Amino acid sequence: MKYVDEFRSGALAAGLAARIAAECRPGREYRLMEFCGGHTHAISRYGLADLLPPAVRLIHGPGCPVCVLPIGRVDQAIALARDHGVILCTYADTLRVPASRGSSLLRAKADGADVRMVYSTQDVLKIARANPHREVVFLAIGFETTTPPTAVAVLQAAHEDLHKLSVLCDHVLTPAAMHAILAVTGGVPLDGFIGPAHVSTVIGSRPYEPFARDYAKPVVIAGFEPLDVMQAILMLVRQINDGRAEVENEFTRAVTPEGNRTAQALVERVFGVRDSFEWRGLGSVPHSALQLRPEFARFDAEQRFGQAYRAVADNKACECAAILRGEKRPQDCRIFGTACTPDNPIGSCMVSSEGACAAHFTYGRFRDVAAA
Amino acid sequence: MSRPHGRPLDIRHGRVDMSHGAGGRAMAQLIEELFAATLDNPLLRQGNDGALLPAPGERLVMATDSHVVSPLFFAGGDIGSLAVHGTVNDVAMMGAHPRWLSAAFVLEEGFALADLQRIVVSMAGAAREAGVAVVTGDTKVVERGKGDGVFITTTGVGVMRAGLTLSGDAARPGDAILLSGAIGNHGMAIMSQRQGLEFDAPIVSDTAALHGLVAALLDSGAAVRVLRDPTRGGVATTLNEIASQSQVGMLLEEGAIPVDAAVEAACELLGLDPLYVANEGKLLAVCAAEDAARALAALRAHPLGLRAARIGTVRADAHGFVQMTTRMGGRRVVDWLSGEQLPRIC
Repeated sequence: MKYVDEFRSGALAAGLAARIAAECRPGREYRLMEFCGGHTHAISRYGLADLLPPAVRLIHGPGCPVCVLPIGRVDQAIALARDHGVILCTYADTLRVPASRGSSLLRAKADGADVRMVYSTQDVLKIARANPHREVVFLAIGFETTTPPTAVAVLQAAHEDLHKLSVLCDHVLTPAAMHAILAVTGGVPLDGFIGPAHVSTVIGSRPYEPFARDYAKPVVIAGFEPLDVMQAILMLVRQINDGRAEVENEFTRAVTPEGNRTAQALVERVFGVRDSFEWRGLGSVPHSALQLRPEFARFDAEQRFGQAYRAVADNKACECAAILRGEKRPQDCRIFGTACTPDNPIGSCMVSSEGACAAHFTYGRFRDVAAA
Repeated sequence: MSRPHGRPLDIRHGRVDMSHGAGGRAMAQLIEELFAATLDNPLLRQGNDGALLPAPGERLVMATDSHVVSPLFFAGGDIGSLAVHGTVNDVAMMGAHPRWLSAAFVLEEGFALADLQRIVVSMAGAAREAGVAVVTGDTKVVERGKGDGVFITTTGVGVMRAGLTLSGDAARPGDAILLSGAIGNHGMAIMSQRQGLEFDAPIVSDTAALHGLVAALLDSGAAVRVLRDPTRGGVATTLNEIASQSQVGMLLEEGAIPVDAAVEAACELLGLDPLYVANEGKLLAVCAAEDAARALAALRAHPLGLRAARIGTVRADAHGFVQMTTRMGGRRVVDWLSGEQLPRIC
């Protein structure tokens, strides 16, 4: 497949692997966090761990939209679907995120709630147009990648006066989460970041500069193809060896320093930053999420239905929080692969294919056996 | 012949109504003028509650399959041909020669008779091509909104090849894993036409009766131990079933698995893995390693197996992992399908 196969060449990967191995300094460890679930998935799916020398340790980050959604946020959506009789629309993986009392949007749907899976916000608009007498709520989740389409949907709804459509806004911000990880005292020791791919196409490479400047952590923005990841690792190893901490861009075919100005303007017009937002794993993070601006308040489901957010504690046995901070690995959790599996997830990291636990279970768990 | 029903069935403009399932004249007319006329054969013509079959061979194989595919008509086939192929293939994967089918139709009130005719004609064509006879059937009608046009359940009976036993628990470490051709075409053909997901893709379902290909493979004399058609859940799920039944592991070679470029591109677009996408005209065979070349040659000599390939090897593995060496040179698990990839694919 043109423009894809070029980034999945086994021969080129072997060449990069050899260079990484040759350039790793003896006795030194390279602890690299791939922030994005998309990278976590690519690393697992292509078995990249097998190509890397033991000195390179990849640490999964929190960049998986459904993983960081706390239970209380899913509860809000379920309550809207069940108690307010709305048509609740959201992206596929969100349906399976565990909520309170063993519930999930998928189970609420089975119990009779009108929950619909959508592929894009355009689907939501279609549903709202087709059901002018029903309240339609879009549970909007995701990082900067999925935010512009939500902004477009809100503007379109205002333009068409789709006054029964509203958005339960759980959009979150990548740089704030990276700050939160670095700010944890006694948190995971990191030598650098593999920076987001799709998020960076929107926000550009500039927002990562504080991590290089203030925290002295190199950041290499990388595409989601396996060769992108390998190339970014080599670039990080070189920065670390040189004692440099810079923002470098491996994904130049899609990411510019400024990012997508049009998308940023749309987001800016529709959304403002919340004072604080609770993340699964990271707790309350200041200025880390978006809400609709007052002029679009009529499209804000939280206000429309008077839905206050209530925090709910995670399952005690679940290690998702520590895994999302990079402090633990999926296989360190005692319910990993036993009580918690992709078919019956207890923690959110076991839900999406981008979640660290689901990726390790689905693609990598044979390694635990080999290691045991 | 006299016309007990008065005017003939208005197939062009007519619709299924509740009387077509009520057991009275209208039902008899539908059966006579549409089903019996289209699927005609001596055993069906017996016209009794069941078909009296001539006793062939020693061992028979019976298999059944319900078909609820949506949309009913798709590139490369429709629910009628699929209902024949699906069950014929289940019988064929046992190593039997399929001979007879039953067909039970659940029709929704309001379904256009012209569409029903198209489906039954397609079914008759698929049966004729496969050399099987639809010998008995049933028709029920459910109220509008309680079905989705038509559901078809077929049961097939076939005659087992003498001296042969195939079973999912027979794979042994060292055996070769063969695949008869490119994967994912049926699932992606359906998906590209699915409401809300339509995209233009030159992808045609591979739906086909596989017993001819199976006969060619078995005639080669290769020691075949397991045959399966990787339908729902795709190649990945079927191999996990075999690994689990046989208590073995497997190691696949990603680069050896044939996938059409259009299927690969469509999967990429939707974030799907072709290994989990349904097929309706492919088989997986596990055979003795020393016979792999012979078996592969036999598959490739048949029109339905031109792109057959050896995709992996059975290994001893207490954990029953199906693993794969990726094109990148790394290794990963090829797990069971988790959850539902796409409902109503067949």
